[in-house]
Parts: sequence; C-alpha cells; structure tokens
Amino acid sequence: MDWLQIFSNTASSILSPATIAYALAALGLAVHFGYAGLLNMGIAGFMALGAYGYAISILTFGFPWWGGVLVGIGAAALFAFVLGIPTLRLRGDYLAIVTIAAAEVVRLLFLTTTFDAVTGSADGLSGYHGSFRSSNPIPEGTYGFGPFTYSHVDWWVRILGLVALALAAVTVWRLMSSPWGRVLKGIREDEDAVRALGKNVFQYKMQALVLGGVIAAVGGIVYALPSAVSPGVYVTSLTFFVYTALLLGGAATVFGPLIGSLIFWVLQTFLSNVLPAMVAAGILPFMSQIQAATLRFILVGIGLMLLVIFRPQGILGNKKELTFVR
Amino acid sequence: MTLTRSAPALRAPRTIGVLLALSAALFAIFLMTAGPASAATAADGDPYRVSGNVQLDGEPLPGVHLTIDGPGGKQEVETDEKGQWKVSVPEKNATYTITLDEQTLPAGIAVVDPDDDSPNVKEAEMGAGGRITVNFFIGEGQRNVVSFWDQLLQRSVTGLSFGLMLALAAVGLSLVYGTTGISNFAHAEMVTFGPVAVAVLSGLVGAGTIALPIYVAIPIAVILSAGLGLLLDVVMWRPLRRRRVGVVQLMIVSIGLSLTLRYIFQFFIGGGTTQLPFSTTEKIPLFGTVQMSVVDMVSFAICIVVIVGFAIWLTYSRIGKATRAISDNAPLAAASGIDVDAVVRVVWTVAGAMAGLAGVLYAYYRPGLKWDMGAQVLLLMFAAVTLGGLGTAFGALVGSIVVGLLVEVSTLWIPSDLKYAGALVVLIVILLFRPQGILGRRERIG
Repeated sequence: MDWLQIFSNTASSILSPATIAYALAALGLAVHFGYAGLLNMGIAGFMALGAYGYAISILTFGFPWWGGVLVGIGAAALFAFVLGIPTLRLRGDYLAIVTIAAAEVVRLLFLTTTFDAVTGSADGLSGYHGSFRSSNPIPEGTYGFGPFTYSHVDWWVRILGLVALALAAVTVWRLMSSPWGRVLKGIREDEDAVRALGKNVFQYKMQALVLGGVIAAVGGIVYALPSAVSPGVYVTSLTFFVYTALLLGGAATVFGPLIGSLIFWVLQTFLSNVLPAMVAAGILPFMSQIQAATLRFILVGIGLMLLVIFRPQGILGNKKELTFVR
Repeated sequence: MTLTRSAPALRAPRTIGVLLALSAALFAIFLMTAGPASAATAADGDPYRVSGNVQLDGEPLPGVHLTIDGPGGKQEVETDEKGQWKVSVPEKNATYTITLDEQTLPAGIAVVDPDDDSPNVKEAEMGAGGRITVNFFIGEGQRNVVSFWDQLLQRSVTGLSFGLMLALAAVGLSLVYGTTGISNFAHAEMVTFGPVAVAVLSGLVGAGTIALPIYVAIPIAVILSAGLGLLLDVVMWRPLRRRRVGVVQLMIVSIGLSLTLRYIFQFFIGGGTTQLPFSTTEKIPLFGTVQMSVVDMVSFAICIVVIVGFAIWLTYSRIGKATRAISDNAPLAAASGIDVDAVVRVVWTVAGAMAGLAGVLYAYYRPGLKWDMGAQVLLLMFAAVTLGGLGTAFGALVGSIVVGLLVEVSTLWIPSDLKYAGALVVLIVILLFRPQGILGRRERIG
C-alpha cells in the first residue's frame, strides 16, 4: 500500500473546494438548526439553487462571474422567503417534511428534460469558467508545497472559497452574539416565551431562514466553482451528509460546522483511499474494491447514529446549549 | 411525545454494543446468503442514453410526445425545437420500447412503415456502447391514437394501484409515528428490504446458495421484514425510548440508520437493477384501453386484501384498539393498563411486514429492485402520511391514494419526469390551507 499517496490525498482534502463548500453549507444549517431551531431538511436545495443560479446566469444570460454569484444568492434568498411563508408557523416535523420535499422539487426541476436547453438535465452544466478564470490575479503556474500543490486556477478557487467562509463565519459569530442572535436562541428554547416578550417570532425565523439559506447557496457556488454542476450531487443524501458534518462539530457553534466539515472530508478521503488499497493489498479479502468504496458510506450512517445518541452537542458544543429542543 | 416509563437510563456502552451487534448481525445475514456483489456501479442520474430525431421531410417536429419503456420504468419525453429527444436510462444490454404518441403530431401525418402494423412503436436493443438512436419515419397516413378519456382511465387505474401499494407502506410509517413520535426515515430501507430478501432467497443476487421458487420466497421475505421491524425495535428504538431521547434526535438517528442500511444493501447487491421473475408478463386488455398484466392484478388484489385485513385488525382487535389509544394519548393509555412497550413492538413488526410486502410489489411496479428503491418513494410516503394527517392510519390510506392518483394522472399535463415534483408541490400547497391534513385533528399541528 502506498501510504505516502494516501496521506497526501488525505491532507490535500483539507483545502479542497468540497470541504469549504460543506463548511459553508453546514454554517448555514447551523443558523437554521443550531441557532433558530428550524429543522431544515432541504439544505441540498439551497446549494443547488446557488450552483445552478451561478451556472445558468453565466451560460444562458452571459453574466460575469460575480453577477452569477449574486444571482445564486438571490435565488436562494427568494426560495427561503417563499418556503418560509407557509412553513414557519408549522411544528418542527412538518417543517422538515416540507423543506425536504421542496428541495426535491428543486432538484427534479433541474433534472427534467423539459428545460434541457437551460439546465442540461441529467448531464448538468459545465464550461462556465471563462469569466471566473480570467479574473484570476495569480500568475500562471503551480504553487504550494507537499500535498498542497495546486495550479493558479485551483488556488484562486480555494482562496475565494476561504474568503467567503471567513466572511460568513464572522457574520454569523457577530450576529449570534448580538441582541438579534439572543432573541433567535430564545425562540429555539421557547417560542411562546419570546412571543410573550413582544417579539415577532415569525420575522426572526424568516430572517434566520434567509440568512442560512444564502450561506448554504454560497457553499453550493463554491462546490460548482472548480468543475461542473451535476444534478446527481444535490440529492437528499447531501442534506444528510451536511447534517452529519454539522452535528460532528456542534450545531450551535460557529467553528463547529467548520471543524465538522473538515473532519468529515478528511475521514471520507482517507477511507476512500485506504479501503480500496487494503482490498488490493489483500487485507480485506472478503470484499471487492467497489464494496470497499461503499463501506465508508455505511460508516457515515453508523457514525451519525452514534453521534446523535452519545454526543448530540458535537465536538465543540455545550451540553447545556443542547440543540434538540422539543 | 413521551412514553411514561420510569426505567433507568441505559449505560452508554450497552447501547453502543447493541448498535454494533445490529450492524454485525445484518452483515452476517447477508454474508451467509449473498456472497460477492455483481460489478455494477452506482449512479445518480442514469448513465445510458436513448435518443433520436422526429422529422418530416427534413423539417424538425417539435413537441412530439414519446414514451420509453424498459428497465428503470416508463419515461416520457417531448421533442425540442430541433425535433430531437433524449432520455437517460439505467441499463445497457437491454431492450427498450419507444412509443410515439401520434396525437401530438401535426394534423394529417403519422408514423409510416409498410412492414409494421404499429409503426409508432419501436423496440431497440441497447448494446455495450450505452447509447442508441431511434428515428421515426413520418408521412401522411392512418394514426394509432388513444383518446384523452381513455388515457385518463388508464392513468387512473395505474394511479390507484400505485396508491394502494403506497398505502401498504405508508400506514406502517404512520402507525410508528403515532405511537412513538418517530419520523422514521429508515422506513424506506424497510421497504427495500422486502425485495432484497426475495432476490437473495430466490438466488437472483449473490452466490445463489439457496434458490427458492418465488411464491415461497415472497412469504418468507415478508416474515423476515416483520422480523427486521421487531429486531430494530428491540435492539435500538426501545433502548432509545428508555433513554428518553427527544423526537428530533430520534429522527436524525433514523436518518443515520437509513444511510447505514441503504449502503449495506448496495454493498451486497451492487448498484444495478435486478428483475424479479415474471416481471415482464404480457398485458391483458380488460375494458376500454385499460391493460393490466396478471402480476399487476395479483398485486392489486393483495393490496386490497391486506389493507382491509389491517383495517379490521386496527378497528376491532384488542391490540388494534390499544394502538389507537396510544396514538391518541400515550400516558393515558399506559395509566389505563395498556402495556405500551408490547404494543409498540407489535406496531414495529406489523409496519415491517407491510413495508416489506409493499417493497416486493413496488419492485414489480417499477419494475426491478435496486438498493435505493425505497428512498425513491420515501418522500411520497411522507407526503401521503402528512396529507392524510400525521399519525392517523386511515389518513395515511386516503393520503396514499390521493398521492398515487395525483402522480399518475398529472402526467397527462406535465412531463412524466416531473410527476413526483407535482405531488410534492401539491403537498406543500395543501399544508398551507389545511396543515393538519385530510383526517388529522386541528390540535396536532402545534
């Protein structure tokens, strides 16, 4: 087994766009689920809107890349708003079912052959990189050291992703320690008590839903920046994986989603490298390489169950500020 | 919702052990029976492509409706402004039937082929390349058309049988929700487990160490599904209830369980679609244009018999009454001397059996069994349960039939690859006006 290659790939995943995208999506979900107590099961739909909004506005309408980013964000904000009107008055499990259904509707709309000319249906979209890559100030070449050696294009994606992540994290951190954030946490703990204090609970929830949705959409854009948009990515499992990353780090924390996504992807990359290698080396003789690749998803499921049962507050969370109210 | 039992909280190591034992047991069951999986890989969005052109004398014909039938089920598509169409399909080395709806052609023309009495239907063999092109020759001639009302009738019958099948799965989901408060995402995998067990028992997947005939394999698979429901309650949900884990946590645990089981299925049966025996029997014309195969009719009859039996059980038997009492008010039921844990165990067993049976029927409906087939209808089940009223078994029945009809009949107006989306949109809209669902009570929405 080539341990050097395995560890190099694993280390490289620390800075991968997928890790940054998951961190952003998990941060958005932290605003929804961790701070506001909204059981949003449709985070994949927000990410899809970000990614498709970005790609479609560039490919179909000829926007510059930053215009595409704005469209992606706008689409997600609008989606959050429309989704919030009927659902925010409902109980938690209704909200979960409606958001998961809405995200699936979004995915099916992007997948259908009816809008093939715009969405690319099952093939997805690609080839929208011109404007983004020409705005790259880094001179052509390869930079970095060891496992973190990337081309100028790859660095540009990662730098912008990290900047977006830092901005989002600071925004969430400042907001959550402001009076607005305290009201939000109050709503999570006891909605009626906050309402009795004269606060408009519905508006606070709506603002949280839009804010978290926008952050998740930025995650979707970062996911789409390096290569292509594929409808197969934005399935319900993506929502579950983002939940796993969030709960791993700690739902009601700012750094929890970041740490959680990092650990999630480092482990995923490590397992996806090491398990097939172990099969090839004859250490796991009773399975094929494809089965070894499936094994890591089984481990994700088991990990999620154990996490929720035994450490629901996550790695960084505070047991007193448990997020599973009601 | 909480169950009033004053049991001491379990210590953590025991529950870890239980979870690991559960996973290990499932692994062991499959290792003994399944053997190595076929080499098919998983795919989100199907990898292969059927496409073609519809042209009249070199002029493209847009908006022509085609139906593509084969492994992976029926798909419908319309030609674009260049007269081109394409669909993605899950399998190569298979035969696809492409039907052109002549009613969507401009007036006075039809598909012509002197050697074929139904030239608007073509069969195409997909080879190893994974791509085939099917072109139709259009000219002036006699059409083979189906009127709107005949189509509506055919779709309604299909929708009703889909709805009844959905009901079979959804009443279990609803009962579990009513008695324990769990929104059980792993119900999808209880649905998948049925056909997977049938395939393993009849030697269709894996090494084939046992090869039972299908009519023996299906009852055993249903019993195994009931066993899975019971096992999950005994080793997992009951200990969690005793720890007084909250309902949102339980829901996320069920998501973890769903992922675990789903990928365990993929681990053992691979990512491809497996056909059960008799899945391609001939369709018999019944009345009008309504056609059903023998398997369709048997499946329809099984659904009705099981649902009626279930309804009688729930209404008149002692345990059925106790189940409804717990759904209404668990603490009160416990105080009146009902053994809540025992009833919940029965509910999980019944839910497992019905989900497994529904899965087998769904494998014939789709057609074919796949590792994530349950997850494909999970949202429709949730939609049905929510539509009917969360936690009410008869509401789930009504909701399922509404959803089934909606999914099939809506394809008269919307593209068929959006039919699930249509049903989900209706769910969201109905929740706007009647959040408690059709048969739900007002106070349940909180």
